[in-house]
Amino acid sequence: MANTKEVRKQIASIKSTQKITSAMEMVAASKIKKTQNEMQLGRPYSEKIKEVISHIANSSSEYSHPFYEHRETKKACFLVVSSDKGLCGGLNINLFKQVISKSAELKAQGIESNFALIGLKAASFFKSVGGDVVANVQKLGDKPDPDALIGLTKTVLDLHRNGEVDQVYLCGNGFVNTMTQQPKVEQLIPLPAEETDELTATHWDYIYEPEAQELLEGLMTRYIESLIYHAVIENSACEQAAKMLAMKNATENAGDLIKELELLYNNVRQAAITQELSEIVGGAAAV
Amino acid sequence: MSTIKVSIVSSSEEIYSGEGTMVFATGSLGEIGIAPGHTPLLTGLAPGPVRVQNGDDEKTFFCSGGFIEIQPDLVTFLSDRAERAESMDEAEAIKAQELAEKNMHDKESELDYTKAAAQLAEAAARIKTIQKLRKNK
Repeated sequence: MANTKEVRKQIASIKSTQKITSAMEMVAASKIKKTQNEMQLGRPYSEKIKEVISHIANSSSEYSHPFYEHRETKKACFLVVSSDKGLCGGLNINLFKQVISKSAELKAQGIESNFALIGLKAASFFKSVGGDVVANVQKLGDKPDPDALIGLTKTVLDLHRNGEVDQVYLCGNGFVNTMTQQPKVEQLIPLPAEETDELTATHWDYIYEPEAQELLEGLMTRYIESLIYHAVIENSACEQAAKMLAMKNATENAGDLIKELELLYNNVRQAAITQELSEIVGGAAAV
Repeated sequence: MSTIKVSIVSSSEEIYSGEGTMVFATGSLGEIGIAPGHTPLLTGLAPGPVRVQNGDDEKTFFCSGGFIEIQPDLVTFLSDRAERAESMDEAEAIKAQELAEKNMHDKESELDYTKAAAQLAEAAARIKTIQKLRKNK
C-alpha cells in the first residue's frame, strides 16, 4: 500500500503541471485572435492578386508563363508548412501523414519527390523519416514575416525553372474553426486552370510596360509568395487553435488524475487510522 | 462624372478601396495618370505617392514598389510591404539552402548593404510623398 506522503507528493506535482497547461491554454486562446486577425488583414492582397492573375490567365497574352505549362512530371516538390513548437496535438503529424501518402502515391507513378520545409517540426520529422530536403526555414515566430519566406520560395521556383522539379505541392493545415483543422495538400505549380468569366468573351490583351515576360515573371512569383505566406499564417492560426484544445484536454485530464489520487490519499489515510485504532484496541484488550 | 474603382492593397493590409475620377501614380517607366476607360495595362509600381482624385477631393497614399493592373473600370495597386531587391532574394535563397545543408555562412554584410540601399530608396520616396502632401496644403 502506498503511503500518504508519496501520494501527496504526486498530487502536488500534477497540480503544478495543471497550472502550466491551463496557462498555456489561455495564452493560445489569446494568440488565436491575433493570428486570425492577421489572416483577415492579409486577405485583401491575396484576393486582389488572385483577381489580377485570373485576368491575365483569361487575356490572350502574348507570353504564356511556365507556371501554367503542364509538362511531363518526373519530380515533385512538397512545400510543407509546419509549426515550430509542439504540444499542439496531432496537428503536424496528421499533415505529415498526408504528405507521405501523397508522395508514396506519386512514387507509384514513377515520380520522385523532394521537400522544402517551413517550421522546426517538419525539419525534425523529415530528418528522421529521411527525404531529400532542398530548403528549410524555421523559427518564424508568432508573427511570420513575409520576407523570411522569400529565400525558400525562390529556391523552389528556381528548381522549377531549371526543370529539376515539374510539380510543386503546397501542404499546410487549413483553418476550418477553432475545433477543426484540415490538413491539405494542394497543387501549386502548374497553376490549376482558372474558371473563365465574362472577360474571356472578347479577345484582348494588356499593354505591358516594360516587357510582358519580365512583368509576368515578377507577378507570378509574387502570387506564389502570397499563397505560401497565406498558408503559413493559416497554419499558425491552426497551431494556436490545436494547442488550445490540446492544453484544455491536458488540464481536464490532470483534474481527473488529481481527483483519483485524492480518493486514494483518503483511503490510505483512513486505512492508517483504522489500523492504528485497532492496534490500540488490541493493545488495551491484551492488558 | 464617370469614376473608376480604385483599390490599393499591400501584403499586410488593405490601404484604400473606393472610387476615383482620376488616379496618378509612378509606374516603373514614369508617371502615369489613369482616367476611367483606360486601356488594359500592366506595369510595375515604383515606390512613391499615389494620388486618388474624386471630384474635388484628393487623397495621397504612399506605396512601396509592386504592380499596377488597369482595366477600363478598375485599377489595382499591388504594393509590397517591405523593401526588396533582386540581390536580396538571392542572398535569402542562399541562406535557406545553407540551412538545409546545415552549414551557415555569414552573409550578413552583403545583405546589409542591399537592404540599406533599398531602405534608402524607400526613405527617399517617403520624403517625396510627404513633400507633395505639404505642397498641397
